[in-house]
Amino acid sequence: MSHAIKRGVSLYSYQNETFQGKMTLEDCIRTSAELGAKGIEIIGEQTFWGWPEAGVAQADVDHWHQMIAKYDCTAVSHDFMLDYKRYKGREMPFDEQVASVKNDIDFGARLGVKFIRALVSIAPEVLVAAAPYAEEKGIKILIEVHAPLHFDHPWIIRHAEAFEKSGSDALGFLPDMGMFLFAFPPVWKEKFLRIGVPQTIADYIVKAYEDRVLSEYVILNVQNMGGTGPAIGMAETLRHNAAFEPKRMLDYMHRIHNIHGKFYQMDADYVEPSIPYDTIVAVLKQGGYHGYICSEYEGNRWVEDFQEPDSVEQVRRQQVMLARLLGETEVPTITTSPTLNASLAA
Amino acid sequence: MMDNKMIVEDSLEQIDGGFAFLGRLPYYRGLGLSMIEDIAVSVDGEKLAREDIRFAVRGKTYSLDQMETVYDDRWNFGEKAKIIGLKPGGLSAGKHRLEFAVRMRVSYLPFVPTTKDAKDLALAG
Repeated sequence: MSHAIKRGVSLYSYQNETFQGKMTLEDCIRTSAELGAKGIEIIGEQTFWGWPEAGVAQADVDHWHQMIAKYDCTAVSHDFMLDYKRYKGREMPFDEQVASVKNDIDFGARLGVKFIRALVSIAPEVLVAAAPYAEEKGIKILIEVHAPLHFDHPWIIRHAEAFEKSGSDALGFLPDMGMFLFAFPPVWKEKFLRIGVPQTIADYIVKAYEDRVLSEYVILNVQNMGGTGPAIGMAETLRHNAAFEPKRMLDYMHRIHNIHGKFYQMDADYVEPSIPYDTIVAVLKQGGYHGYICSEYEGNRWVEDFQEPDSVEQVRRQQVMLARLLGETEVPTITTSPTLNASLAA
Repeated sequence: MMDNKMIVEDSLEQIDGGFAFLGRLPYYRGLGLSMIEDIAVSVDGEKLAREDIRFAVRGKTYSLDQMETVYDDRWNFGEKAKIIGLKPGGLSAGKHRLEFAVRMRVSYLPFVPTTKDAKDLALAG
């Protein structure tokens, strides 16, 4: 089957730099575009101050459109949050949750995206109720299937059933590739060693993960090995991560419209040692996927305690890997300083 | 995440009735103020009472209790908020050990995280 898989970046990847003002929105978009990753995904509440509680000035939205146009990019997705715990001690009522999703649909329309991302904890009924409005605005609401959930989990199946029953094509999935974690990430292990996990226990957990031992057994074994505090914490990461099968996406290809190219580390040889991107891309090609794979660097939080994350270099390496796997002949290359505009503004 | 970037370096200042420093939300997005459950500040090992802490952004100042029902303002991503400690007489000149913790209610998390930072900041005499 033919594929037309496109490369993109979620600006979440550059959070370490944008948080500190080391990269501006223009820096993020230009750098991604130079890498040939022309699909731009954002978390509205990260990129736009004020959203949603205080709104966003039209000038900021205009600037966004100018940047997308200047670098010949495509606005792919606005990832929304829906804070149903906004009120202390009570959950946001159903109707208000639906209204909140509609507000994000409107914002997505202002930003010119085709997709808005819903977090996995949002109830299917809320999304189904918002679907007609999304159809009207030409936007699809994609629920992010993210570890520890996966395509065979009853909560996701419940969503899939609700989507089919609704008859709406404005509802779909955005799988996060972190759910296909086939090896314990080296950057996680190194962090746990730094905070005091004994080497023998860390080695055991990595091996137990490789052997696909049930998390609860691993936690008990670590306790029996004398593990406390951080050692238990390291074992407990197995409750929230597992090596699910990329081919499980195939049943849902008709509703998968965007992909989070999650990664924890890209080594100098352009390999993500814990997520099987060769298998993933092969499955996506087999399924006829024609959307974006957007880089989502999440190693930042695992290394920031001892070194400044180099998000741009990590994204570059992943884009080189993706370009290869997609059969592109040109090697993605950055040609200007990723901090150019932030430096000019300083 | 962003733990070690919460307290902004060189931001400690003496103010009328206490002291202030700049603090950032340890999160990859901003958050509505009603979801900031608590802000804890200690100076040189001494913890301030919750009612002696104020939070200020873009010219507006809130007590922590007031913030719990603020639904139209945010602590934005990377935004440097002024964290005010009410302390008669303020702080002495020189170096002080500052500890800063934020507890936030995050809708999708099955727990309520508290994130902390600690830094030595000097106060100009």
